Amino acid sequence: MMTFILRRTGSLVLLLAAVSFITFTLFQLGPSDPAAAACGQECTPERVAEARVALGMDQPFFVQYADYIRGLFSSRMIGAPGAQTLCEWPCLGKSFQTNENVADIIGRSLPYTFSMAIGALVLWTITGVGLGLLAALRKGSPVDKFIVGAASVGVSLPIPVTGLFLLLLFVNQLHLLPFTTNEISSPFGPQGPGAWVANYLLPWIALAVLFSASYIRVTRTNMIETFGEDFIRTARAKGLAPRTVTFKHGVRAGITPVVTMLGMDIGLLLGGAVLTEQIFSVPGLGFTAVHAAISGDLPVTMAITMLAAFFVIVANVVVDLAYAAIDPRVRLQ
Amino acid sequence: MTQLNITAKTASAPAGGTAGGPATAPFLEVRDLTVKFPTDDGVVSAVNGMDFSLERGQTLGIVGESGSGKSVTSQALMGLLKGTSAQVTGQAMFQGKDLVTLPESAMRPLRGRNIGMIFQDPLSALHPFYTVGHQIAEAYLVHNKASKKQARAAAVDMLGRVGIPSPEQRYDEYPHHFSGGMRQRAMIAMALICEPELLIADEPTTALDVTVQAQILDLMSELQEETNSALILITHDLGVVAEVCDNVLVMYGGQCVESGPVDQIFYDTRHPYTLGLLNSMPTLNSASTRLNPIPGQPPSLLDLPKGCIFSARCQYTELAGDGICASQRPELRVEDGHGKRCHLSGPQIITIRNSR
Repeated sequence: MMTFILRRTGSLVLLLAAVSFITFTLFQLGPSDPAAAACGQECTPERVAEARVALGMDQPFFVQYADYIRGLFSSRMIGAPGAQTLCEWPCLGKSFQTNENVADIIGRSLPYTFSMAIGALVLWTITGVGLGLLAALRKGSPVDKFIVGAASVGVSLPIPVTGLFLLLLFVNQLHLLPFTTNEISSPFGPQGPGAWVANYLLPWIALAVLFSASYIRVTRTNMIETFGEDFIRTARAKGLAPRTVTFKHGVRAGITPVVTMLGMDIGLLLGGAVLTEQIFSVPGLGFTAVHAAISGDLPVTMAITMLAAFFVIVANVVVDLAYAAIDPRVRLQ
Repeated sequence: MTQLNITAKTASAPAGGTAGGPATAPFLEVRDLTVKFPTDDGVVSAVNGMDFSLERGQTLGIVGESGSGKSVTSQALMGLLKGTSAQVTGQAMFQGKDLVTLPESAMRPLRGRNIGMIFQDPLSALHPFYTVGHQIAEAYLVHNKASKKQARAAAVDMLGRVGIPSPEQRYDEYPHHFSGGMRQRAMIAMALICEPELLIADEPTTALDVTVQAQILDLMSELQEETNSALILITHDLGVVAEVCDNVLVMYGGQCVESGPVDQIFYDTRHPYTLGLLNSMPTLNSASTRLNPIPGQPPSLLDLPKGCIFSARCQYTELAGDGICASQRPELRVEDGHGKRCHLSGPQIITIRNSR
């Protein structure tokens, strides 16, 4: 167990180093000029050169990269010589656009992304696994056919379509829900959990429609296979109640692929749901990342990319741990 | 605890022939059991009118090749086909109840408690995610009002009885920690923990190597003697049949083609199919190095022949004459407790037997 965790932490660090290096390189090679962007419309070549120095872009590539990495471990000074400001640990640099600490920007965006991810996750897991299980139990029946049909429709609906449709229906037409606002980023705010749910319900549904479709299909397929296993027949032959056979013996064995999927999806979603955040104007990580990338804001893009990679890798480790907890045949080493 | 269980069960089963006396109805009586599976390609006739009966303390061997309907018969008796697309008809009287028509809710209390089942491949038949002990204790808890501690004690005791060393430690191990033979012992422990009066073993030794096979068979016979239960042993292994069965039923194409006491089946064989089976067994002292298989394939269960189901592979159809084997399906005729489903007369069979 200990070796497992140590090894995974090691690979986590290596992967993050690789991701940061690649992102950094891509930015250097890219067509955008952050200095010109930071200096604005009416810009003389002299002022661009000044901006370059202020952003540290006059330094050689490896010095820039080393400075950046150093900031992850300690506070450092940032800016042109003579006009340096302190960037406190953990220093992810300062935004080229606003000169704000990137850590602060991330800290501001993260709650939105968390809010969106957590509700969507709960919603799609319940509907996806629940409907998939129901379809498997009623295999071949009209119920099954309806669920499978609905899943095919759900998986082929892009987020912009479902998102805009939901907004049109529930906000514009029925006036059941308010427009999403960026004033609510957690259920513990002054507006309370009710307003939080109302604010994020539509993005949750939009994401859940997309995600639960694949969960229905994976759950259904795996449960049908599991219900055909010999050990299910054994469970019935013991005289166990149908519910015990289905859940204790069936679901536990058939659910492992869903756990894997769930881990991957959580990891991905925590890195920011770009489209959904755009449609519903939620200023989460995805939203912030897109704007940073467009304006050539290297430090912000770097930080969000690394954070997204971090979430995916951690989710992987959690999946492995969950696997070992579910299946005693899996030994962590 | 054992004593109590048996009394309780006897009291709740007034019509059950617990003593196996001739005056009462048979302990298990199966009449015209038929199982059909509707599929996209047509109706699969897996079992076509099985008749047999069984008393406590007896062992009935059901023999046949793959797809002859052995396992389906056992699953029909266990009620495991209820809730599936299978159409089960006929009658299976057990303790005054008809297992065929009994609803699932009434069948469930019988499973595990009155009828136990041992499956072929113990690795796939045991749940990979639960400890062996837990799975056995679970079988005990369904049918007994007991605490988890009592269930554990019962399971440990049972593991010991089936010959698993240090059962207290083995209780907490998973099926993949067990060897094949140990797994089958655990499976037997699970099937027997509630001391069922009827035990169905579906190819219990097929997945095991030969030395372990003998141990498992001995164990089953021993435990059967202890509890005076009735045993249905499903197998394709005639050696196993010879070793443990009192009566044998040979199945072909979902029908019983020959049935009778084990000695008669082996030494007074009356059906060409059984003869073919016996003939195809390798012997240590035979000079021949080749096996003698029965030529041809079993009939398609989607489209059974109109006449004798075995006629297409039978070498002796001319002896019966008039093409009767192809046109008319023979009835199961029973003489002195020995039944055969064949148009050939007794003397004809004897001639065939002696010519081999």
